[in-house]
Amino acid sequence: MKFGPLLLTCINALIRNPMRAMLTVLGIVIGIAAVVAIMEIGNGSKKQIADQMAGLGADVINVFSASTRTAGVSGGMNTRASIYAEDADAIVKECGDTVETATPVVRANAQVIVGNKNWSPNSIVGGNENYLDIEGWEVDSGSPFTKEHVTNSSRVCLIGSTIARELFEGEDPIGKDIRIKDVMFTVIGVLATKGADMGGNDKDDCIILPWSSVRTRLKGASNEATITAGGAANRSSVSSTDTFSTSAVDFYPGSDLQPFTNAPHPLRTLTVDFISVKVKDVTTISQTMDDMAAVLRRQHRLEPGVLDDFTLRDRAQFTKMVTSTADTMSTLLIAVAMISLVVGGVGIMNIMMVSVTERTKEIGLRMAVGARPVDIMWQFLLEAVLLCITGGILGIALGRTISLVVAAKTGLPVESSPTAMLLAVSVSAIIGIIFGWYPAYKGSKLDPIDALHHE
Amino acid sequence: MIELKNITKVYHLGEIDLPVLKGISLKIEDGEFVSLTGASGSGKSTLMNILGCLDHPSGGEYWIDGRNVAGLNANERARLRNNRIGFVFQNFNLLPRTSAIENVMMPAAYHHPALPSAEIRKRALELIRLVGLEDRMHHTPAQLSGGQQQRVAIARSLINNPGILLADEPTGNLDSTTSVEVMNMFRDLNRRQGITVIIVTHDPKTAAFTDRAINMSDGLILEGVSEELSATLKK
Repeated sequence: MKFGPLLLTCINALIRNPMRAMLTVLGIVIGIAAVVAIMEIGNGSKKQIADQMAGLGADVINVFSASTRTAGVSGGMNTRASIYAEDADAIVKECGDTVETATPVVRANAQVIVGNKNWSPNSIVGGNENYLDIEGWEVDSGSPFTKEHVTNSSRVCLIGSTIARELFEGEDPIGKDIRIKDVMFTVIGVLATKGADMGGNDKDDCIILPWSSVRTRLKGASNEATITAGGAANRSSVSSTDTFSTSAVDFYPGSDLQPFTNAPHPLRTLTVDFISVKVKDVTTISQTMDDMAAVLRRQHRLEPGVLDDFTLRDRAQFTKMVTSTADTMSTLLIAVAMISLVVGGVGIMNIMMVSVTERTKEIGLRMAVGARPVDIMWQFLLEAVLLCITGGILGIALGRTISLVVAAKTGLPVESSPTAMLLAVSVSAIIGIIFGWYPAYKGSKLDPIDALHHE
Repeated sequence: MIELKNITKVYHLGEIDLPVLKGISLKIEDGEFVSLTGASGSGKSTLMNILGCLDHPSGGEYWIDGRNVAGLNANERARLRNNRIGFVFQNFNLLPRTSAIENVMMPAAYHHPALPSAEIRKRALELIRLVGLEDRMHHTPAQLSGGQQQRVAIARSLINNPGILLADEPTGNLDSTTSVEVMNMFRDLNRRQGITVIIVTHDPKTAAFTDRAINMSDGLILEGVSEELSATLKK
């Protein structure tokens, strides 16, 4: 029997009993609708989580300097002063396709004094005008500092809500002066409250300034290095903990700082603690890191074979953890939905068994007029598959409706998933084949004479 | 031409072997109009199943058009039934909730090689017209009388141009007037189209329409015909 007439036969057989066909299909409709809705809502949630991750800094790569290594002794991470403010500009300029913004970061520890009150903030951080965006800060009142403030090492600062509370006690801090390490700064803005970070530290207990101001005014202007040839002059500015400075390593001129000393170098350059880079796409972060490494090697004039004098670190671990949690959740839900699909499949099988019994006479007749057992088999199998695919399509429609209603009512994000739809239709077809096979086989094995005389 | 040589059929009921046909030899020429009669239990239904290739004999040879079909498997028998034999049943056996014309077209779907659907439809229309139901071709069996249903069934049996028409008690469910109509239709088909028609019946009045009556008793063909039947045939 050709496929066309066979299909028509099946459709006619199903239309002859529309109520039963609808009820049979219902199980599949519900199962597929569940799969589609769960996958759509799950995808939406995953995207939402990814966005939230970006807010927590998953889209940030940090550039630290590498460890010093002299005579086989490693100084540990970030002990070498090899990261320059210019590196941040170079990364933005040369990796413009993948990198959104970058900021040099300089940290300081100091006591802050306002009038007769004093306070030691959790962190005093310097960045450029993009720092707030990269770290996800909002300015609650006042205004953020500008590029000019950074260029001029202006004595302006933004304070976190904890500082505002501790030092100003309800007064408006905007325009007031605060003293950090004997330097007067003007408060130009108060940051929106962020609360505690993952480690439990109060994020609002902070002061954010232009990095140049921290670098030159709080860490000592003497370190505003004027490097002509040697890198040695630069080494005293490693970090705020000058006690652990590595300036005494001149005993061993053969250290791996060698290329540094040989290279021609810009005259005025400032080392920073590290650079934070915000990428455009979190998913291609490792590629972006490779590109950045290439830029930095060029920037630092590292010959091939010389070890990197910097380290790149992303927060991928963190991202992976949270997205994998979301994945586990949706896998679980899909497993539950699959169970309902199997139940629907058993329903199909049940009805097809009934149908074969009920239409025994028809089978006998078809066999008498020349249908081979395989023709009967195909007819019933195709009927089951047809039921399931119809169920699959209705299920997709219902699932989409459910997820859109859920999105409208609860505000949960929903993302349509073509994969889910394709999966749903193929799964329902497969269910049709699996659960339709046995009744079809039973039908094809009937004896035409017995079937004809079946009452 | 149909030729049976010493056909036997034995049913195995557990330990007991039950012989139903005990050596049937029979020859039916092309274009004959014969009836197969006999009391119930005489084996005429079994013989009809074998003649119709619905069942295979336990022994003996069955030749259709010079081809021994006794040893064919289920698929080969199905093809033979489709191409060579038309069936008409006592209880019509039309597909429920399916129009008359679609019932007529149904067997053509199993034809090998496949026929173009336009041709099937054209032929079905001709047959519907032949049995005089062109004004009812879109009616379902439930909307047709018994006689009309049997006429649809006859049209259906002719869709694949069979050489042999096998009717199992075709008048069994019909009143006497309709029975005469139906039997006249069989006779017309036999006379005008040269189709071999075999009517299985227990009713002498029905058998009387045919040219030859084959009388069965206890798994064997009786020589000649019964007195009752011969009396009817003479009229």
